[in-house]
Amino acid sequence: MNKSRQIELWVGIFMAAGFVALFFLAMQVSNLGNAYSGDTFRVMARFDNVGGLKVKAPVTIAGVEVGRVQEIRYDADDFRAVVVLGIQDGYKDRIPEDTFAKILTAGLLGEQYIGLDPGGSLDYLGEGSEIGITQSALVLEEVIGQFIFGKGQEGAE
Amino acid sequence: MIEKLRGLGAWGLQALLRLGRAHVLLLAMLRGFVDILRRPRLLVEQLFSVGVLTILIISVAGLFVGMVLGLQGYYILSRFGGETALGLMVAASLVRELGPVLTALLFAGRAGSALTAEIGLMKATEQLSGLEMMAVNPQYRVLAPRFLAGLISVPLLAAMFSVLGVAGGWMVGGGMLGVDQAAFWNGMQEGIDFEDDVINGVIKSLVFGLVCTWIAIFQGYDCVPTSEGVSRATTRTVVHSSLAVLGLDFVLTALMFGE
Repeated sequence: MNKSRQIELWVGIFMAAGFVALFFLAMQVSNLGNAYSGDTFRVMARFDNVGGLKVKAPVTIAGVEVGRVQEIRYDADDFRAVVVLGIQDGYKDRIPEDTFAKILTAGLLGEQYIGLDPGGSLDYLGEGSEIGITQSALVLEEVIGQFIFGKGQEGAE
Repeated sequence: MIEKLRGLGAWGLQALLRLGRAHVLLLAMLRGFVDILRRPRLLVEQLFSVGVLTILIISVAGLFVGMVLGLQGYYILSRFGGETALGLMVAASLVRELGPVLTALLFAGRAGSALTAEIGLMKATEQLSGLEMMAVNPQYRVLAPRFLAGLISVPLLAAMFSVLGVAGGWMVGGGMLGVDQAAFWNGMQEGIDFEDDVINGVIKSLVFGLVCTWIAIFQGYDCVPTSEGVSRATTRTVVHSSLAVLGLDFVLTALMFGE
């Protein structure tokens, strides 16, 4: 093999290795490999307090991810937060309408996510429907405040 | 006093002139990209000397940086019972910061200095003037392929650096220190976003590649054509590239990750 062909071979190996590395970063290191990229339908839920919930946080039923949070905004009319959930199309008309949406925390210091507890209704959630029953995020200061207040009441009796 | 002020003015004008020449050169090299399409062989040769010959230092550095990250991260995280976040910590710091930045610094030292010395020596031995005598534009024929090669190489090298770093972190964390394998990889995939982290890292390394190669080629092309001038230009390449990379990294990070 002459010199210039050898150089071409090495450059080919270099380029291939570089692209393999990029592919590895995309599929193995980042969330691209297992991200759901299909269509979703939008369901709204209103919360008194979303705590530290972020856009793209997972939405789960029975611990299994069925969607992601798409949008969080504040509704100035009823002073509550509106969270738009993007649920995978496969679950359209499969989740009961009286489903209970809770903001939960993964572990003690983990990220917040939305857990759905399916109800018993025969009407189902579709595009644009709204979840009526919700439970806000647990804000640590409020919990501690309530605890201290409770202790104070006990002492007064 | 007046003399001192005059000196300052002369220095400022010189700096401005150099900046202007650098941009004119950049434009000329960008125009030269069309020429490369007709002679891809020139690019392949430069990819070999700029990219392939840098693989070794990048791989070894990436592996060891990842291993050190794994070791240090484990000691700190295990104090809080958070060893499971080791994968995320190693991968996030590599993909976002260390991969592009350290690759660019090593690239400036290994390939940038070589580019400056080569081009400076070509100028000192009047090879560039010789090309011009033969009606060949050295900016198109000599400089543009080197510039494009640097631009292509740095992002690929940075990706290799990050991957080997993650492998090094995994070898230390999973192999030596016994971090749970599933937690290591799942934590990494949960926490690293393709667009926010991986793509931004690639953009960063592209910018660094452009700046490092540009500085290296300009310093060589603009050097005083003596042996002392070439040696000074080579030093300036490494110093300026490193400072530019570190400064730009702050700006890019603020633009990309600060909201």
